[in-house]
Amino acid sequence: MSFNKQSPRRLRSAHSSLAAHGEAWVWLTGGSLAIAIGMITGLLLFITVRGASTFWPAAMELVELTDGRRVLGEITAREEVIDQSDDVPKPISRKLVRTANFEIDGKHYEWFDQGEILQISLPEWATAVERLEGGRFHGFPLRLLEGDRIVAEGSAQTWQAFVAVHAAARRRCCEALRIDRHDRGVLQRELRAARLAVVQADLDSGRESSTFAAAVASEQSVIKRTASQSVVLDQKTAALRNANVAWRVEFATAAGEKKMLALDSIVRAWQPNRLSVLGKLGVYGARWREFLVDDPREANSAGGVFPAILGTVAMTLIMSLLVAPFGVLAALYLREYATRGPLTTAVRIAINNLAGVPSIVYGAFGLGFFCYVLGAGIDDIFFQASLVADNQPTFGTGGLLWASLTLALLTLPVVIVATEEALSAVPNSMREGSYACGAGKWQTIRRIVLPRALPGIMTGLILAMARGAGEVAPLMLVGVKKLAVDLPIDSRFPFVHPEREFMHLAYLIYDVGFQSPNSQAARPMVFTITFLLIAIIVLLNGTAVWIRSRLQRRFIAQHF
Amino acid sequence: MQPQIDNRPENRVNATIPPQQSTPPPPADRLLAVAAGYEVPTEVHEQVLNESPVLEIDRFNLWYGTKQALHGITMPIPDKKVTALVGPSGCGKSTLLRSVNRLNDLVQSVRITGDMRLNGDSIYDPRMDVIDLRKRMGMVFQKPNPFPMSIYENVVYSLRIDGENNRGVLDEVCEASLRGAALWDEAKDRLYDSALGLSGGQQQRLCIARAIAAEPEVLLLDEPCSALDPIATGKVEDLIQELRGRYSVLIVTHNMQQASRTSDYTAFMYLGRLIEYGPTTEIFTKPILHETEAYVTGRFG
Repeated sequence: MSFNKQSPRRLRSAHSSLAAHGEAWVWLTGGSLAIAIGMITGLLLFITVRGASTFWPAAMELVELTDGRRVLGEITAREEVIDQSDDVPKPISRKLVRTANFEIDGKHYEWFDQGEILQISLPEWATAVERLEGGRFHGFPLRLLEGDRIVAEGSAQTWQAFVAVHAAARRRCCEALRIDRHDRGVLQRELRAARLAVVQADLDSGRESSTFAAAVASEQSVIKRTASQSVVLDQKTAALRNANVAWRVEFATAAGEKKMLALDSIVRAWQPNRLSVLGKLGVYGARWREFLVDDPREANSAGGVFPAILGTVAMTLIMSLLVAPFGVLAALYLREYATRGPLTTAVRIAINNLAGVPSIVYGAFGLGFFCYVLGAGIDDIFFQASLVADNQPTFGTGGLLWASLTLALLTLPVVIVATEEALSAVPNSMREGSYACGAGKWQTIRRIVLPRALPGIMTGLILAMARGAGEVAPLMLVGVKKLAVDLPIDSRFPFVHPEREFMHLAYLIYDVGFQSPNSQAARPMVFTITFLLIAIIVLLNGTAVWIRSRLQRRFIAQHF
Repeated sequence: MQPQIDNRPENRVNATIPPQQSTPPPPADRLLAVAAGYEVPTEVHEQVLNESPVLEIDRFNLWYGTKQALHGITMPIPDKKVTALVGPSGCGKSTLLRSVNRLNDLVQSVRITGDMRLNGDSIYDPRMDVIDLRKRMGMVFQKPNPFPMSIYENVVYSLRIDGENNRGVLDEVCEASLRGAALWDEAKDRLYDSALGLSGGQQQRLCIARAIAAEPEVLLLDEPCSALDPIATGKVEDLIQELRGRYSVLIVTHNMQQASRTSDYTAFMYLGRLIEYGPTTEIFTKPILHETEAYVTGRFG
């Protein structure tokens, strides 16, 4: 270095140099992060607020209009619009009211301009009724009848009497439903098994054989037994239904029309304007409980989503169980055994590209290969009777197993890449130390490398689970259905039924939100399902993160 | 991967031919001659040859790809003595050490000629099982590398991989090895805690305990103190003193004081060649070559 007096190096003032201080970069990077966090929390907050408020019993407002109509409902939205009908466009505000009573005026919701509204009040006895069929009903209780006998009359008395008898009626109704669905299902399954046994015996040894005769005989005995059991069930349900059938409640709509509702068609009713906060909380909790543990009603737009919760969790867990060993073993070979060269590089690039293949392609592959090739093969060998007798495939159609396998394939690249990262992060000094102790390659991998890489592998699995649980497109092709009659996991042997079609929360969002004939009424449900799906993913991931942190503490905590 | 053994006569010795035979004679200074690519003879003191060797390194050459890292090293390592390898960075000390237990097999581009013999058994014989070979040696690395498991499991690791699961045997070996590595008193109450919770010096002594657990014939120490503070270094040096006479120790070090304090014999290496090899006292007080004297006294390197 020369120190030339004539041309000293120009010293730039540190204050003027943006590049030196880099203040701008702090703002740029920090700003980017802030925007990202803002968007994510905004989205989560939006979903949480909308999803959590669906079941809150909102105030029931009586809207009196200038044209003399009276409407009872919950005000669910307000907005400002520009009125184009006048010569001079002017902003007007309008309200969206959930009017319910679809069978009377053909609408669930209605917009009212501010100018149309004469008066809004909160009538004390306004009642919201959730029905088994036909959506919500809003009105005022008039009378409670048992047959022709008037049990109670007037709003207060009727309500009191209704509360007293409704719970028992509802219980009887549920019990009858349970017998129809569950107990009769058991009988039908037994019948079908016996029938298929006959077909199987026919296929195996022909009609002349003794096994065929035995199968026919046992089918006859099953038919006889189930018939007698069925009679018992019929009596039971008839008794339950007869106890309910006489009970009716009469309501009056806001317009004054009278409407008779069967007591057992009412799921629940509440009078939000009379409820205290505690009472509202009770209704809120009851509706959440129904949402979480019951079957769906009314084309999935009401009732619960328990089958979908079970399906989502089961599929995600089975997918994780499938993808973890495959991905880890593949990554182990790639990182620990394979010689570095153009071939491994090509394989690696191919794996990364797999992550970019549209998920519907995986769905098509799953349907074409898993269902139609593998599944059909399994059916031909093991479930031929069902195919012959009912023309009904067992594994040859979409199901829990194929959906899980398809998603395992979809998330395989994530696991492989993450595992490779984790393996390459294991310091070579540890491998060398193990070799120097006389350990072989597999011993080193199993005892040193894998435990040390386990937290990183878990990270990959967490990412895969999050990706898999939120995927919809491929699932539509390989086993997720709008409504699945049987649960994929139940209390009957063998408990997990990998061949069954199932329901999935993410598909439910699509179905309820975009395939429902009544999308406006279903919209709150969409938010709630989304909220639930996110909560489940957070729960699954939280568990995995907790396991990972335990592993990390055990294997990585470096001390120096 | 099995390194390729090249035993063709033209490659066995003098693998590097001086650039031009007709150029002026080599510089008088041997280190300059080595740097210029000339062959120089190795000065080996009489005493070394009188010892009975545990390990004989015989005309050993090693290449990383096309670059030759070791040039015709021939040296016997005396049994039950401490032998130090000194020399400037990149002179091949660690490479030589890692060749003894064939850790260099893990590097794909390595190619060797010549041989080493451990108690008469050829190390680079194709019939030699490298895993058996490594079980006969213990190695301690520059940076402590305890395994991510308990202290106990670390020590008995080499027994575990042999399938030894007898609790009594393992307990005995664990205590003996930890006592041998002067770590028993500090670790006996936390045997089942993670080894990663130990301090750096303790971790290194744990690695020594691990290395001596399988009763090795040779103990290889690759700059065992370079990542330690002076107190931990002192403890490890004391330990080497105690191991002297029980194990044959081959130690690589950058620290001249350490070499002079701990070793019986010292070898001075330069650019992949063995320059001088003799008893430590002679190497440090009256070496044959003035170049060696310059290096060990710090006037060069």
